[in-house]
Amino acid sequence: MLFKTITKENFKKMVEGLLEENEVIGPRSRDQDLEGNKIYRFLKVNSFEELEMDYTRSYSSPKNYFLPFKEDFATYRLEDNNWEQEIRYTVHPRVIIGMRACDINALLKLDQVMLKSVYPNPYYFARRQNTLIIGLDHEPLEDCFCRSMNTDTAFHGFDLFLTDIGDKYFVAINSDTAYIIINQFDAREVTEEDQERFKTVKEQIKSKFKTQVDITILPELMDLEFESEVWKKWGDKCLSCGSCAMVCPTCYCYGIEEDTNLTFTKATKRRFLYSCNLLDFAAVAGGHNFRPEAHIRLKYRYYHQFRGFVEAFNQSLCVGCNRCGKACLAGISPKAVIDDLIKTEKNEY
Amino acid sequence: MERPPDFNNKSLLMQTEKGFKSEVINIVKLTAQEKLFQIRILGSCEREKFTFLPGQFVMLELPGCGEVPISISSSPSNREFIGLCVRKAGKVTGMLHRLEPGAMVGIRGPLGTHFPMQKMVGRNILLIAGGLGIAPLRSPIYWVNEHRSEYKDITILYGVKEPGQILFDYQFEEWRKIYDLNLLTIVQNPDENWKGKVGLITELFEDISIDPEDTFAIVCGPPVMFKFICAHLADIGIPRQRMFVSLERRMHCGMGKCCRCNVGSTFTCLDGPVFDYWTVMNLKEAI
Repeated sequence: MLFKTITKENFKKMVEGLLEENEVIGPRSRDQDLEGNKIYRFLKVNSFEELEMDYTRSYSSPKNYFLPFKEDFATYRLEDNNWEQEIRYTVHPRVIIGMRACDINALLKLDQVMLKSVYPNPYYFARRQNTLIIGLDHEPLEDCFCRSMNTDTAFHGFDLFLTDIGDKYFVAINSDTAYIIINQFDAREVTEEDQERFKTVKEQIKSKFKTQVDITILPELMDLEFESEVWKKWGDKCLSCGSCAMVCPTCYCYGIEEDTNLTFTKATKRRFLYSCNLLDFAAVAGGHNFRPEAHIRLKYRYYHQFRGFVEAFNQSLCVGCNRCGKACLAGISPKAVIDDLIKTEKNEY
Repeated sequence: MERPPDFNNKSLLMQTEKGFKSEVINIVKLTAQEKLFQIRILGSCEREKFTFLPGQFVMLELPGCGEVPISISSSPSNREFIGLCVRKAGKVTGMLHRLEPGAMVGIRGPLGTHFPMQKMVGRNILLIAGGLGIAPLRSPIYWVNEHRSEYKDITILYGVKEPGQILFDYQFEEWRKIYDLNLLTIVQNPDENWKGKVGLITELFEDISIDPEDTFAIVCGPPVMFKFICAHLADIGIPRQRMFVSLERRMHCGMGKCCRCNVGSTFTCLDGPVFDYWTVMNLKEAI
C-alpha cells in the first residue's frame, strides 16, 4: 500500500475541492443525548466546517448510503392488459468522509453478499462504484469490541484512510482516483518522524480497547446452545422493534412492496430494509409464521451473524461496533448475550 | 481491492432484476382453492433462454401487486409454456385467481436447486406428496415419463385431507397406464362418494414394498409430514442422502439477499428449495 502525509490545512482544501463537484457525506452532530453528549449522523456536508472530524460514533451506520432504507427497484407503466417495466441504476458520484475501520469492514462483508454471490445486486454495485471512501482512524469507545471481531483495521475497501498524527494526517492510499486527488493538494512523502508518530498513535489506539468478546467457539456454541435458556432470558426482553437492524452496519435483510398510483397507470416495486426481529419476518401467506416468538427471532439474528454467515463466508457478520447495543430500547447488547452463552457452556450460568 | 463482477454479463442482470414478460394463455380451475396457470414467455428468444430442471421455482410477479415464489409444475421439455399451480392464500395469489387468459405477468427465474434426476438413473423412485405438494412433483413425473426406460419402478403416494382437495385427478389414469407408474391415494376425512383408502399417508406404506438399497425418495408436502415420512424411510434403511424434500418459506428476492427464507444457516432460495434429508435434519428449525 502507498502512504503519504497531508497537512490538516491541505486536507481542508482537498475537502473543499471535493465539495465543489460531488455530494459529500460526513459525520455531523444532530442532537444531544440525555447526558449532553453529541449524537452524530452521516449527513450531507455543505462546507468543511460542518464536518466533525473528532466524532465518536455515528448513531446509524453509513451503510444506508449503499443500501438505502427505501429504494425503487423498478417502475411500471400500466395499460389495460399490458405493462412496461423500467429499471434505473444511475447514481451520482459521492464522497463519504470519516468512515471508521469497522464500517469499511462492514462494507466488505456486504460486498460478499451483494457483489460476489451468484446474483449480484446492480443497485448496490452502482453505488459502490460511484462512492469515494475516506476512512478515519479513532480511539475506541468503552464498548467497542471490533478488535475481538478482527475489524479494527481496514486493509482495503477504501480510497484513502487517515490517521491523525498531530498537525497532519498519515494517509493510506488505495485507489488511483484517490492518488490523483491527494497529489493535487501537496501530499508529501512519509518521513522517518511521521512513521514514528504513526507507530505511537497506532499503539495508543490498540491499548485502549477495553471490551472483549470471546468468539473462538461461537459458531459451535450457536448450535450447541440452540435450546439454551439464555435466548429466552434475552428474548423476553426484546420488544421486536427492529432498531438493532436499522443501525447495524451489516444487516441487509429486506422486504419488497409494490404499489400503484390512484389511477392505476403507474406502479412501483420498492425495496425497504427489514429486520428479522419484526413479527411478520417469516410469516407466510395462509397465516403460518415460522418464527412466531420474540426469543426465536432474536436467536435467529445472532445465529445468522455468528453462525450462518461464518459458514458461508468464513467470517462473522458482526463488526463489533455495538451500535445495536446502544440503540436497543430493552438494553440487549451483543456482548452481554454472548457472555451469557459462554457462561452456560461453562455451567456458570 | 478485488474487482467487482463484470456487469456486461447480461444474462446475470437478466436474472437479477429484469424478469421475463409472459402471457397467461390458459387457466385450469382444479379445486375451489387451486388453479393451474399456463404461462407463455413472450419472445421466442427469451423462451429459448428459459430452461429449468424439476424442482426449481420462479418468482411470479403481478406489477403493482407483488411477487410470489411458485414452483414449476410442468415438464422441463415443454418449451411452449410453463405450468404454475397456485393456491389462493394471500394478497398476490388472491389477485392471480382473478386473472383471465391474456393477462400479462412477470417471471424471474428459474431459481433454486433441483431434484437430482441424473443421480436416480437406474433406480426405483418413490414420490410422496401431501396436499398441494403434488404440484412440484408433476415436473419430476413428466421427466420420468420422458426418460421412462432409464428408471425402474416409480411409485407415487398421494394423501389429502378431503376428496375435494385432490389435484390433477384427471391425469391419474394417464400416469398409471401410459407413464406406467404405481399411484396410490389416501384421504383423511372421506365423504360418501369416496371409495378409496382412508387414513394418513403413512398408512400407504403397508401397501407397497420398498427396496431400500435401490430407491430414491422425493417428498413434498406440509412440514409435519416430512418428519414422519422421512423417519419411516430412514427406519427401513433408505440413506438420508437419497431422500429429497422441498421446503417452503417466505421469499422476497429469490436470490439470497433478503434473508426472509432463511432456515438454520442456509437460504431456501439459494441452497434449496430441494434439500436432501441429511441436510434438513442438521438445519435448525427446518422441519
